Amino acid sequence: MNWDLFPQFLATGLLTGGIYSLIALGLVLIYKASRVFNFAQGHLLMLGAFITWWFTENLGWDVWLAFAAAIGLAIIAGWLVERVALRPLIGQPILATVMMTLALSQVLQGVTILAFGAYQRSLPYLFPIQPIVLGDIRLKLNLALAFVLAMLGFIIFVLFFRFTRAGLAMRAAAEDHQLAQSVGLSVPRIFGMAWAIASVVATVCGVLLANISGVELTLSLIALKAFPAVLFGGLESIPGAIVGGLTVGILESLVGGLPQDPALRALHLGDIAPYVFMLIVLWFRPDGLFGLKRIERI
Amino acid sequence: MAIRLAGDFDISYAHDMAILRNHGQWVMLIVFLTGLFALPFVADGKTLGLLNIIGISIIAAHGLNILLGYTGQISLGQAAFMAVGAYTTAVLMKYGVAFWFALPISGVVGGIIGLLFGLPSLRIKGFYLAMATLSAQIIIPWFFRNVRVDIFGGTPGLTIAPPRLGELVFNTQETMYFPIMLTVVVCTLVAKNIARTRLGRALIAIRDNDLAAEVLGIEQFSYKLRAFFISAFYAGLAGSLWAVYARSINPEQFSLLNSVWYLGMVIVGGMGSALGPILGASFIRILEESTVQLAPALSKMFPQAAAGMLAALGPLVFGLVLALFLIFEPRGLAHRWELLKAAWRLRPFAH
Repeated sequence: MNWDLFPQFLATGLLTGGIYSLIALGLVLIYKASRVFNFAQGHLLMLGAFITWWFTENLGWDVWLAFAAAIGLAIIAGWLVERVALRPLIGQPILATVMMTLALSQVLQGVTILAFGAYQRSLPYLFPIQPIVLGDIRLKLNLALAFVLAMLGFIIFVLFFRFTRAGLAMRAAAEDHQLAQSVGLSVPRIFGMAWAIASVVATVCGVLLANISGVELTLSLIALKAFPAVLFGGLESIPGAIVGGLTVGILESLVGGLPQDPALRALHLGDIAPYVFMLIVLWFRPDGLFGLKRIERI
Repeated sequence: MAIRLAGDFDISYAHDMAILRNHGQWVMLIVFLTGLFALPFVADGKTLGLLNIIGISIIAAHGLNILLGYTGQISLGQAAFMAVGAYTTAVLMKYGVAFWFALPISGVVGGIIGLLFGLPSLRIKGFYLAMATLSAQIIIPWFFRNVRVDIFGGTPGLTIAPPRLGELVFNTQETMYFPIMLTVVVCTLVAKNIARTRLGRALIAIRDNDLAAEVLGIEQFSYKLRAFFISAFYAGLAGSLWAVYARSINPEQFSLLNSVWYLGMVIVGGMGSALGPILGASFIRILEESTVQLAPALSKMFPQAAAGMLAALGPLVFGLVLALFLIFEPRGLAHRWELLKAAWRLRPFAH
């Protein structure tokens, strides 16, 4: 164990965890609004990164402008996905919606390869990349700023849910569809909105991640790490998403980095730490930290 | 209740319970089986290759169908349990065990690992259980990639010698066809009959309402675990056959993507019927093969997208087909087939 590197791994894990939290937020948004767990979130994220790359590469746009344009497209894409794929399944058993989002992920995968090719691309940096040094800890500036941006996005969404009319409507719909409908809210519109917002969140995550690891198809797999985060935090909880994301990020970084024994390092324990963690969570506290306990009646 | 043929009456309990109810059906079955096993003598290697892949997929899909279609538990880990079967066979054969013994052992080992990951079903279900099996789908390939590289071969994987029976070496599409199809037939027979036993009825009761089933005296946990075992046992058999068919295995062959495809096969074919996985696996694999055939032509038509055509078309078409089935025919091809049969038997009347 190289304990002297502990603060370093802790800090790196925390920063990566910030991005996981933002991915988790996208999942929680959709789940809260429509009780659908979106397995395609990773592919939405990948698509967002590829679209941003396309704007910078083929139209020569500034990366920030491309980012904004991709967010605009993401709103349309998210709304469209809800309208075309998920709306017909309202009222169907959970399996149908799970399978639909899995089918969606395959369609998005195909579309991305078809439109942008299966190559690794690189995005112009959003942020300067020089390292910052804090005592013993060296951090990449772009990772740190991505963390700040992720947290900023988080705060914006929390404020949105607390203070705007649309945010309140979404919370009402999450509480009870029928009650929301009876006070004059359009639940299908709220579903569409939730998907649009989640798709925007996915695009933001995609671009932030692309800045760290490049634009590639494997970006879609990173969202799988947000699943343990969501389950740990609780499926319905926005604060849970942030706690879960940070926990998973730190856990992955510490488990992957701390062991010094080469035999142990060769195992790449960091790759599975989030999932072993997820199994433990499922076993001992399936509702997560802040999730709602479900009571069943016959 | 299916519409019966005219003049087909229950004259004894045995006849009431029989799957094949008259001579015509017996004749059809015998003709079908003869045709099935005579095929390698007429068909070319390419067709047989497709049929072999379909056969292996059918076995895995049968297993998943028992878990998903009969018991109602979502599993995202079927490919991982196949990996367990494949690696068990590979390692056993490396140490000199004949394939014919390794095959059932692989099934059992796959089943036990499946049981292990089915344990959380004591407390969780539905979507949460999907998550538990998802972690199996990540952890198992990780295990074969990173742990004991000297035994499991790490990322490059393992190569497997062809199985032998006396002088006979099973190293071509024609020869592999027989063990695969034989297993498919046996597996189908067992799958069909599981649904007709006490076990099958208990599983269906759990699917329809687990709490009500528990109140009726069906021990949920024990039956769910049995379903997990059977499902993973089938996956183990499929994996074992895949190992000797492909003769080279690596962890990448058993990814989450493959598990999603098996789920897709069960949905497209129709959940909760023994016919479903057969139709679904055949349909999806033939679809996949036709995209492979179509890709070069499409690449010529759209040269700017030519590079990724092959890689893109498979998932795209699969995803679209799955989505369309979920929206328009969630009961799958098997249901369509039943409707067709009923319409044929009622002809010329509509009802």
